[in-house]
Amino acid sequence: MSFFRFSRRKFSGDNIFEAVVGLFALCILILSFYLFRELFIGSELSRNTFGLSFLATTTWDPVNEVFGALPFIFGTIVSSFLALVIAIPFSIGIAIYLSELAPSGLKTPLSFIIELLAAIPSVIIGLWGIFILAPFTRDYLAPPLSTYLGFLPLFQGPMYGLSMLTGGVILAIMIIPITSSVSREVIMTVPVQQREAALALGATGWETTRIAVLPYARSGIFGAVILGFGRAIGETMAVTMVIGNSPKISESLFAPSYTMASVIANEFVEATSGLYVSSLIEIGLLLLVVSIIINIAARVLVWKLRRVEGGGRA
Amino acid sequence: MKWNKRKLVDRIMSFLAAACVIIAIIPLLSILYTVIINGLPAIDLDFITKLPRPVGEPGGGLGNAIEGTFIVVGIACLIGLPIGILAGIYLSEYGENKFGHFVSFMADVLTGTPSIVAGMFGYTLVVLYFKSFSAIAGGVALSVLMIPIVTRTTEESLKLVPSSIKEASLALGIPGWKTTLYIVLGTGKSAIITGALLAIARISGETAPLLFTSFGNMFWSGGIDKPISTLPVQIYTYAITPFPDWHAKAWAGALILIVMILILNIGVRFAARKKFG
Repeated sequence: MSFFRFSRRKFSGDNIFEAVVGLFALCILILSFYLFRELFIGSELSRNTFGLSFLATTTWDPVNEVFGALPFIFGTIVSSFLALVIAIPFSIGIAIYLSELAPSGLKTPLSFIIELLAAIPSVIIGLWGIFILAPFTRDYLAPPLSTYLGFLPLFQGPMYGLSMLTGGVILAIMIIPITSSVSREVIMTVPVQQREAALALGATGWETTRIAVLPYARSGIFGAVILGFGRAIGETMAVTMVIGNSPKISESLFAPSYTMASVIANEFVEATSGLYVSSLIEIGLLLLVVSIIINIAARVLVWKLRRVEGGGRA
Repeated sequence: MKWNKRKLVDRIMSFLAAACVIIAIIPLLSILYTVIINGLPAIDLDFITKLPRPVGEPGGGLGNAIEGTFIVVGIACLIGLPIGILAGIYLSEYGENKFGHFVSFMADVLTGTPSIVAGMFGYTLVVLYFKSFSAIAGGVALSVLMIPIVTRTTEESLKLVPSSIKEASLALGIPGWKTTLYIVLGTGKSAIITGALLAIARISGETAPLLFTSFGNMFWSGGIDKPISTLPVQIYTYAITPFPDWHAKAWAGALILIVMILILNIGVRFAARKKFG
């Protein structure tokens, strides 16, 4: 490092160069600040008019200018949780298979294919959702659920193709690539000695994973799950296209619902009055703040593990 | 070897884990299959060169939407690539301080920005200012998503450049900034390009940020300060109508979009793998 410092003092070109690229790095902070600032100012009218009751009331009435975001908050949280419930076992299974159990020749191509799913634009997944997934959940997924689990209010009532259930399934499909690939990365940071110790005691492949690998990777996998949750909350197009867009809070997963991102996507252009626009921007602000908090939490969990591991290895 | 319970559990769990992988791949295959089956019959030369027709009139295409996607993504690149790459250079070469760590952290956090929020940002910043939907607003919204990705991939790729190369250059008396510009960047160039192309592939398919920034347009682009049609938004508009003819157009548009994105994605990854082993 002292070498760099010496040369930097000698050639003033270095200072200029550092200042220039530093300025562009500063752009990132300015961008983050402005992102927040624009939405904060834009939502001022709504925040002053409704206060905290905006988050707790269910009326969404553009004609009389009464806005409450609870149905959308509910829809976002429930659909994202549903997505997690479906995606977590799959993601962990995939991560375990691709890092521990798969034949080594299959590991790279399979993880490449799974990550390819993340490259498909969400509008195309939504298009597929409307014409393939929604009829599929209506005809093949919902009937057995209502037959066997129909005593739960979750699975009662008529099944519409465009529903909370379809929304949750499509979100699960969309977050599996990220949760599984981050979990896989985390699992691969587990020191090989852990595994060798278990194997040396005569453990089978699965036992090694269960005893030596998973406990070590637990907090990182939790971080991956939270990261997936953040994605699910912010996901817009595919959900908008399949969730039915009805601002009602229903106990049943078979009923249509509405998410925070969807209401913005659907109504922002049509919003005419200042208060209407401002309310939608407040929903956006909420979405931004929540997803940033979630992201920070996830990064901290995943990073902590990497840093501990990196320190040990070096 | 004796067949006991532990061995059986091992087999079952391996099988379940493999099943997870297979089930996760099914949606991907189904998406690709349906897009190709439904999209291919509707694609012809007219489709990629002509303007859309009103509902009920057969024919017409998405030529303007394809043009618009290139323009909007181009604008996003003009804004996003310089900022992202230069910020990435800072982070990898001079970023070992509190400011650098914080910027790196924020870039990481920004990658989680919901795309619809990026659209709102483009709206309040550009659309309200110029009082019109425009291609520029769309580009700005997409660049918000692009900058953090490019920054992080640039930082990561430059950190992989061996310090011995840097030291060799410095030992020859080449100033630090020239070393960074010619030696470090020269070595990390292909990795940076890979990252940039992947970021382009990622934003080309984004719809949410464009809904109320670039909006839409039934004609050829009338300039970057005017509303402009893009492929993802056009697919969305067609998909939620009740007209089978427009559904067919949505599938065909989806096929074109998916081919563009997958070619970028797979091509880049294969090129990168060949290069770096």
